[in-house]
Parts: sequence; structure tokens; C-alpha cells
Amino acid sequence: MMVKRTCLLRTVLFYITISLVAFFMILPFLWMISTSLKESEAVMVLPIKWIPEKISFKAYKDLFTISTMVPFHRAAFNSLVVSILTTFLNLASASMAAFALAKFDFEARDRVLFAFLATMMVPGAVTMIPNYLVLRTLRLTNTFIGLVLPSIYNAWALFLLRQNILAVPDSYFEAAIIDGATPFAIYRHIVLPLVKPILASLGVLTFMGTWNDYLWPLIMISDPDKMTLTLALGNLNSRWGQRWELLMAGNLISMVPIIIVYAFAQKYFETGISVGGLKC
Amino acid sequence: MYIGKGRQRQTTIMAFLAPTVLGFLVFSFIPILRSLYLSFTSWDILQPAEWVGLENYRILLGSEEFWRVMRNTAEYIVLYVPLMLIMSLGLASLLNREFRGVGAYKVLFFLPVLTSWVAGSLIWRWILNHKYGLVNILLGYIGIEGPPWLDHRLWAMPGIVLASVWKDVGFFALIFLGALKGINLEYYEAAEIDGASRWAKFRYITLPLVSPTTFFVTITSIINSFQVFAQVQIMTNGGPAGATQVIMERIYKYAFQFFKMGYASALSWVLFAIILVITLVQWHLQKRWVFYDG
Repeated sequence: MMVKRTCLLRTVLFYITISLVAFFMILPFLWMISTSLKESEAVMVLPIKWIPEKISFKAYKDLFTISTMVPFHRAAFNSLVVSILTTFLNLASASMAAFALAKFDFEARDRVLFAFLATMMVPGAVTMIPNYLVLRTLRLTNTFIGLVLPSIYNAWALFLLRQNILAVPDSYFEAAIIDGATPFAIYRHIVLPLVKPILASLGVLTFMGTWNDYLWPLIMISDPDKMTLTLALGNLNSRWGQRWELLMAGNLISMVPIIIVYAFAQKYFETGISVGGLKC
Repeated sequence: MYIGKGRQRQTTIMAFLAPTVLGFLVFSFIPILRSLYLSFTSWDILQPAEWVGLENYRILLGSEEFWRVMRNTAEYIVLYVPLMLIMSLGLASLLNREFRGVGAYKVLFFLPVLTSWVAGSLIWRWILNHKYGLVNILLGYIGIEGPPWLDHRLWAMPGIVLASVWKDVGFFALIFLGALKGINLEYYEAAEIDGASRWAKFRYITLPLVSPTTFFVTITSIINSFQVFAQVQIMTNGGPAGATQVIMERIYKYAFQFFKMGYASALSWVLFAIILVITLVQWHLQKRWVFYDG
């Protein structure tokens, strides 16, 4: 609307401004790509060359072959498994509880809700140490199960889902109840389809949060075979901190899957953020 | 609503709640109590824990390190919060109109948000390199000799702030954009009829009407500032000379590198207390400067 009303000059100025801002925002990425395509000796050279004289994929090859390092394809696979498991566990557990807390009246309900709400204020730093300790006692450190298990409880997802299920009119369920549908059938065939958009939003945000998480895997995993991508990158940084082409190539690889997920689910990212903010 | 009957109903409710309640007990409720208990002990995991009462808190609050960490965090907040607020509101204002390519621009601004903190921090560790980093090279073009950023006691924290603002601005801009889209256009039309300037419209309509969002963003970003971890761990590891040590980084190191579980737990409770106080104070202040429309 605004663009139509104002004159051409202002439109041009507007595009120049926003393009400049965008340019500076993505400059670090361009720099990353440029560095990753250089040979070791060409990285720290002045004046800088945005387009390498000799484009080399050696850094990418090295990531998968250098022996003392966590193999990158292994780490990528681990990240994928952990992120999918976490997302699934989180959504399954939270949506089931949300259904029970939204559509069943029972005596202890308000007390349960209050207990959940109260723990939301406690920062992750407080529970992180005892969580590590209990999983250590159960011999679950250095396992994916241990890494994933705490996501079985997520008050934030639970409240968001409960709010959405509450908004579903009871009449939706009545026909099913009269037909003698089991509660699980109602959950599976009526509730879940109705809250699909919010599940999708929570799903992409949880997936991204897990994919990008660093602290929790850092605490739980020390076995190189079990490391996620962020850990592999962290290791790369502490061992080859000055081999920038290697670091930047690793970065780029770690980013690609998230960008793909975002490209397909942009809508869900945005609703997810507008309803609840990002949790990572 | 009534689904199921009698005892079967009880079982149903319990079955649906079981995973979450179990998770709540094992990974939230009991850990909170255990962490509080641990904070009153001295424990290295190997020997049995020893009750020391308030000793951890006494040492902590009396240590130079703790106050250095608080100063570092204060420096981060003072630089990060205003910069981030201005940039994200500015970006949101730019995006709050219909123009060709708005979707593509949004994606570009959102890319850093999608990036992990580890990847973002690595990029910035390289960009802030003293001699070969992009920032100092660009500064060189306009005749400024850039500082040694992450290698310097005074410049390391500003460097981390730059990286953090870059990473977060798209996220907060999206939140501001939501608020801007919610403003009734009639306010602006009425102001235009009265001959208000662009600045006046921004100052007297936009700012007051987005103030609940500004408030939310400020609280969120201050609370997040106290929990900064990956960017410090990756970019400086707390250095140089402790200039970028922050509370999460300390908790991690005390617990998992020095194996002082008691002391680390005490630190985590201090963090909890700080977050609680900020939330309460801000809720109180909110009444004074937040304007709710309608």
C-alpha cells in the first residue's frame, strides 16, 4: 500500500536500505562459503579474495577423512536420529497429557497444572546437574536414550497444546463417545488431526532446537561415535582452531538440513514463534 | 467432559498422563530438590557428599570470580539489549509493508536464527580475527584500525555481543513485526490528517502501541543474557583473563570439568534467584511504562 502511494525515488531508497541491511546480515555466510572453498594456504591472505583463485573442495573431503576427528557423516546421522527421537517423544508425551488435562475433569487437575507451571520458571541450569547424575546412575550417559529422555517432560509444549485442545468444542467428541470409541481412538483420530498445525509448529521448533543444542550433548556425550554435529564442530574448533576452511566447511554442512526444513515449513516456524517464542 | 466410565476412566487418565508425570518427577521436580540439597554439600562424585551448610554460598558471594562474572554479564546486557531492541524494531518497521520480495528478505534476516550457536560462534570467531577477520578488514577500508577483539580483555565481550545481536535480531524482529501488524491503521490515518510527521507517528503511535512487546522482548533478552553459554564456550572459552566468563560457563566448568557438584549447584540457584528477581521487578515496573491498547 505504502509503496504504491509514494514516489519512485522513495521506493528505490527503500529497496537500497533493506538490501544493504540484508547484505550485512548474510555477509558472514558468504564469507563462510568463500573460506570453505579455499585451500589451507589461501585462507589467511591479504588482500582478501571473495572468489578463491582456485576453488577447492579439499576442506569438505577432509571433514570426512581426517582420522583423529569425529567422522562428520557419523555426527550428522547422530544429530538426525537424536533430533527426530526428541521431537517425537516430546510431541507424543505432551499431546497425550494435554488431552487428559484439557478434556477430562478430575480432582487433582488444577494441582497438577500448577505444579507444571511452577517448574517452568526454573532455569535449565538447575536441573541439568541432577539430570546428568540420574542418567549416569542408570548408565545412560553416552547413549541416545539418555540424551533424549528428559524431553519426555516439556511443560511449555504441554500448555500450548492444552490451550489448543481446550478450544475444540466438546460436540466434536460426543458422536464418537456415543459410538463407543475408546479414549485412545478419540485422541488419535479426533484430537491429533485437529491440533495438527500446532503440532507441526512445535515439531519444527523442537527439531531445530535439538539439532542446534550444544550444552546438553556436551554434558551427556563423550564417546566420539555418539557425538552430534554441534559437538563435532566444537571438537573441530578445539583441535583445529586455526584451520578456518575446515571449520567453515563443517559449519555449512551442519546448517544445510535446518535450512531445508525451514524452506518446507516456513509457515510453521513463524506461527511457532508468534505463539510461544523459541525455546533453545 | 466425560469420556469412559468408572474405574476404566481413572486408568485412562493415568495412562495419558503417565509419560509426562514420570518425566516431571524424574527430570524436573526431584532434580530441583536434589539440586537444592547438593548446593549445601561438597561433592566430587567419587567420595560421598559432605554437608557444608551455607558454605558454598558464602564462598561464592565472597569470591572475586563471582563478581567478575556478574560484571561481565552486566556489560553484555548493557551492550546487547539496547542494540538488539533498536535493530529488531528497525528491521520490523522495514518489513512492515507490502513490497515485492518481502518473503525472500524475511528468509535472509532469519538465516542467523536458524544457525546453531556453535556454527554462528565459529563464523564470528573467524570474522573477528585480528588480522584476517572480515570486520577489521572492512574497518580498514574506512581507515579505522580494528581492535584485536576476542584476544583483548576490553574488546572480547563487545565481540561476543556483536555475534549475539546478529544471531538474535531476526527472531526479535519477527516478534516486533507481529506487534506492528496488530496496530490499527486508523491511528496513522487520523495522525496524517492532523499533519503529523513520520517521526511523530513513530514516537506517539508506534512506540506506545508496541510497548507490551518491547517489554516482553526486554525481559526475555535480559533473562537470556544471564544464560549465555555456547558463544562464550566457543569464541573465547571465558578468556582472555576471565573477561568473558559468564555464569552458565562457570556452572558447566565447575560441574563437569572440576567436578565440584555442590558449588556448581549453588551457582545454579544463584542464577535462579537472579532470574526470579528480574521477573518480579519487571512485572512491577511494567505498570509504569507499558501501554495497553483498548
